Amino acid sequence: MKDPRGFEPQIVAFCCLHCAYAAADLAGGSRCAYPPSIKIIAVPCTGRVDVLHLVKTLEEGADGVLVAGCLPGRCHFQTGNLYARQRVDHVRKLLEEIGLEAERVRMINVSAGMGVQFAELATQMAETIAALGPNPLHTRSAPPAQQDAAVEEMS
Amino acid sequence: MIVAEQKPLQAVLEMLRGHRKVLAVGCGTCVSVCFAGGRKEVGVLASALRMARGLDGEPLQVDETSVQRQCEVEYIEALAGGIDAYDAIVSLGCGVGVQYLADRFPGKRVLPALDTKFMGGPTEAGVWEERCQGCGSCILDRTGGVCPISRCAKQLMNGPCGGSKGGRCEVDAGIPCAWQMIWERMEALGRLDELLEIQPPKDWATSRDGGLRRVVREDLRTPRGDAS
Repeated sequence: MKDPRGFEPQIVAFCCLHCAYAAADLAGGSRCAYPPSIKIIAVPCTGRVDVLHLVKTLEEGADGVLVAGCLPGRCHFQTGNLYARQRVDHVRKLLEEIGLEAERVRMINVSAGMGVQFAELATQMAETIAALGPNPLHTRSAPPAQQDAAVEEMS
Repeated sequence: MIVAEQKPLQAVLEMLRGHRKVLAVGCGTCVSVCFAGGRKEVGVLASALRMARGLDGEPLQVDETSVQRQCEVEYIEALAGGIDAYDAIVSLGCGVGVQYLADRFPGKRVLPALDTKFMGGPTEAGVWEERCQGCGSCILDRTGGVCPISRCAKQLMNGPCGGSKGGRCEVDAGIPCAWQMIWERMEALGRLDELLEIQPPKDWATSRDGGLRRVVREDLRTPRGDAS
């Protein structure tokens, strides 16, 4: 999905293995197209997706992040998808404080049988991000961080 | 534990105005357990700071690290080797940690990323409540294990007051009346008669009176003088 300027949004989708990952597979098997720029990462449950994953994904240059979990009440681990939604909401507020658009992060809920809906929601996300434009950090990134630099120099 | 909360991002950004390269230091003890200043929170804050400054066109390098305890010199010594490379230190420790870092690295600006709130614990996931004000003279033996100093809005020694309604405090219906709880606990312990004794006014000399407080244990101090 490219906008008239030729911008193709890069979207990372954290997909629960029990639902959205299978839904994406079903979409493919059913020849239901969704934008190929959506990069899927399978997670055992969206409850595994941390605030840190969402923030770092955007910092590293993704234009948008999708978290795709089970329907409410259908989580394989009871409430992992509900925790994920709270974290997504938290990150959306944080993005506004940072100065990025909250819409760059979104949570969706699908079942393993909702291949068509997955393709529709993924396409919607790509359209939203295409309208927002590229992640502005892509072109103006800060110097890379060093983790534990000070401590490592000591040891 | 000491319970703390991160300052709003804008407040931290304001403190960092003019700085170019800083070290964000987490603490692996209390603030890690209350999700305010552990290794993960350092990662999120550092990322947010880098992104915000990147968008402002004033890139900020924020390196990330964490120590087991910021409130002991032995643990923060590990930072000494690389500290010269930074303009400032952003501490995600409590107020104690910030001061220990500032003492150890007097040439560096040490900035607090957290607001230290109180001594307490979690009551449910994501909720922390105050339990102790460090008054220096514990009376929990007389109050059934419920502290009226930290949990009664009036810090009454002989409660409850007239504002206790249905077991709730008049200050906020979300706060249970500490003296109602004390009464119920003492009743369950079969010690209600002890509550009939009038407690004298609390001696606040052990609390915030008299400036800096200090605990000295002679048996633990480094021996001085001739060892022979």
